[in-house]
Amino acid sequence: MSRTKIVLAGEGGQGVQSVAKILVEAGYEAGKQVLYIPNFGVEQRGGVSIAFCQIADEIIGEPRFAKGDIIIMLSDRAIDRCAAYVDENSTVVYDTSVCTKKPEVKCKEIIGVDANRIANEQLSARVFNIIILGVLLEATHVLKLEDIKNAMEMALGKKFDAKPELRDLNYKALDMGMGLINQSLGV
Amino acid sequence: MSEILTLPPNLPKAQNAEVGASKFCPGCGHGITLKALAQAVDELDIKQKTVFGCDIGCSLLSWNYMDLDTVQTHHGRTTPVIYGLTRANPEAIGIAYMGDGGGLAIGAQHLVNATVRGERMLIIVVNNTNYGMTGGQMSPTTMPGQKTETTPYGRDCTVTGKPAKAAEMVASIADKEKSYVARSTVSNVIKLKSTFVKALKNVQNGGFSFVEVLSICPLNWRTNNYDTFARLQQMEEFFEVKEFLVPEQKV
Amino acid sequence: MVNKLIKEDTRMFLTGNEVLAYAANSAEAEFMYGYPITPQNEIMHTWCKLLPKTGAGFLQTEDEISAGFSTIGGILAGKRAFTATAGPGNVIMQDAQSMAEMMRIPFVCAVMQRGGPSTATVIYAQQETRLTCFGGNGEGFRIVYSTAGHQDLYDYMIKAFNTAWKYRFPTYVLADGYQGKMREPVTLYDPASRGITMVPTQKFLLGEGEIGKDRKSVHMRNTYNMEEELMEVLEGYKADYDKISEEIQEWEEYKADDAEILVIAHGIVARSARTAIDELREKGIKAGLFRPITIRPLAVKPLREAVSRAKRVLFTESANGQLAQMVLEKLYGLSTPYETLFKMGVGVTGDDIVNKVEAMTAAAI
Repeated sequence: MSRTKIVLAGEGGQGVQSVAKILVEAGYEAGKQVLYIPNFGVEQRGGVSIAFCQIADEIIGEPRFAKGDIIIMLSDRAIDRCAAYVDENSTVVYDTSVCTKKPEVKCKEIIGVDANRIANEQLSARVFNIIILGVLLEATHVLKLEDIKNAMEMALGKKFDAKPELRDLNYKALDMGMGLINQSLGV
Repeated sequence: MSEILTLPPNLPKAQNAEVGASKFCPGCGHGITLKALAQAVDELDIKQKTVFGCDIGCSLLSWNYMDLDTVQTHHGRTTPVIYGLTRANPEAIGIAYMGDGGGLAIGAQHLVNATVRGERMLIIVVNNTNYGMTGGQMSPTTMPGQKTETTPYGRDCTVTGKPAKAAEMVASIADKEKSYVARSTVSNVIKLKSTFVKALKNVQNGGFSFVEVLSICPLNWRTNNYDTFARLQQMEEFFEVKEFLVPEQKV
Repeated sequence: MVNKLIKEDTRMFLTGNEVLAYAANSAEAEFMYGYPITPQNEIMHTWCKLLPKTGAGFLQTEDEISAGFSTIGGILAGKRAFTATAGPGNVIMQDAQSMAEMMRIPFVCAVMQRGGPSTATVIYAQQETRLTCFGGNGEGFRIVYSTAGHQDLYDYMIKAFNTAWKYRFPTYVLADGYQGKMREPVTLYDPASRGITMVPTQKFLLGEGEIGKDRKSVHMRNTYNMEEELMEVLEGYKADYDKISEEIQEWEEYKADDAEILVIAHGIVARSARTAIDELREKGIKAGLFRPITIRPLAVKPLREAVSRAKRVLFTESANGQLAQMVLEKLYGLSTPYETLFKMGVGVTGDDIVNKVEAMTAAAI
């Protein structure tokens, strides 16, 4: 029984929920079982934004899980908030260019990526979350690049059609995100 | 004399002849008010499409008083039941009938919002300046100095605030182009009936109507006939009896 | 009449709140009355977005008191009307719900539970179980379906309208914030394609015929002057309720036949229990699930049978035993020992249940 449990966490405005939506939409379109719970506390914008995603081959039982297979932490507050979802089988990814500290958790591995810096310096701040999506795609290997691209078309197709260069920018971001994981693992 | 007493009562068609003796206390203003309302329904010939909703408090005793399709609701909740109904049935003419407690205290939010939204209905608040059914406590409209069970030494407005003026409040927030707002009194039943006629006509025209009726409660006021109407006269001086909003009738 | 949007089987990837709006449309619901409260808002958002296509009605009221009572008004007008609420909204809507109960009004409400008491969290809980079953100053003559995911939400929302209009007891779809907000695949369908016919509605007020000629005027009340008068009415309700209970009760068993440890859970927690049971079975522990779907009325006979077969019972809920209290009352006389795993206002994961059952097993050895 294959099931991948993903926690994505960051600050409001970092695009965490958008990434989660594209991810689960891609899984759904690819015929996988998917289940996505956005967090929705009383802090509409000011709080830590968390998405709980599951992608599986068989019907998913529990909607909320105790420990994630991969936990992405995109801010200091996200590190604090998400430590509870980490265990010795988890892979933790955090953004070294946003976080001022390294997650202190016992886990399978901790991967630092500097997606925010790359977005700002090489692409555009707006595609920071798409770089993260690339990171996630490469770190989980549950979905194919084509699935993600299809889901991006569904979510952003209208914007892409209006400004075709946006499509290239997003694809590039996705590609760089996937590369980041490999670089980090290579180190 | 005995011949006069044996004449059948001249009941409006919209009043339920089967109800028998009134359940209201002797001298109560509800009977007068409901009869005027029934006459108005008769005059406009709208009996077959009128829904009458009554509140908790003495007004609930009207649950079978009218020969109209009727629903008796909870305290303060007649207004939402009736606009819920008229929203779902645009043919219906809805009347929500309540006391000053139901209208201005426990159901005040519904009165305010039904007014602001211009719900297509008539809200009638029968104001007798106290909670009658529960034994005569102070209500939002209790007169300054008036003795009730919860103001046994007279209403002290420095503690309780001043009496609420429903018609003025409603008129100030209603849409002037489509709302009819008036205060009437049981001391003038002919005027009371014509007020209901105007109010119901406005509902027929798609508008919102509110009528506050100054009424009497000799039982809880502990007043005899003379004193009852003397107090009603005082109320009429304090609560101005007039039309506050009259929309221009559609030609 | 409203336009039904789902004409053939349609696989969609939706939030539970969206599913409920579609389900109400498929059930030919004509009017929704509602007031915003998290986590049920998207039911009305979706309902409103679909209005130009469905031709249905909507009123945003001033509070849940009004939402409840105006829903009753809409039903009295003969419309298949409904509302939805959660948490503190469910508390203040009890005013209307008890009137619906007393007057046998086919009131339909989706409850998306959130944390309690008070404002608590806007996220998730199973703490409105007792309130939804027994809220109000009455006896709980209500029918409550507890759902465990999006297909359930669709199926039981449609069913709720028919149950309400057929039996004239207030009927609820009891779900929670997770189910409302989470997104998962679901198959929407036209109820007719499943052999489901919608029970016709009727006008309670201003119905057919002329007053004084064809019929008398209708006088609906919820007030009685004498104690005996009230009891007579309620005895009638109770007789009706008891009579239909076996007909409407629903439950689900999962690997419960040979279960030594029987997990009793409802709603979304029952889903976690299924995950746990699979894992426990792989470890050689004979665990099974009994999930009441109607938590009011409970399926008493099957419940007692399942409990009798088991060596031990585990109650688990995202509340401090609100379902367990109702169930235990029905298990009077049985001696099967039980333990509890209660997380007030917090989701119960499969891991939680696995760990608890393993501990129970270890202790037994």
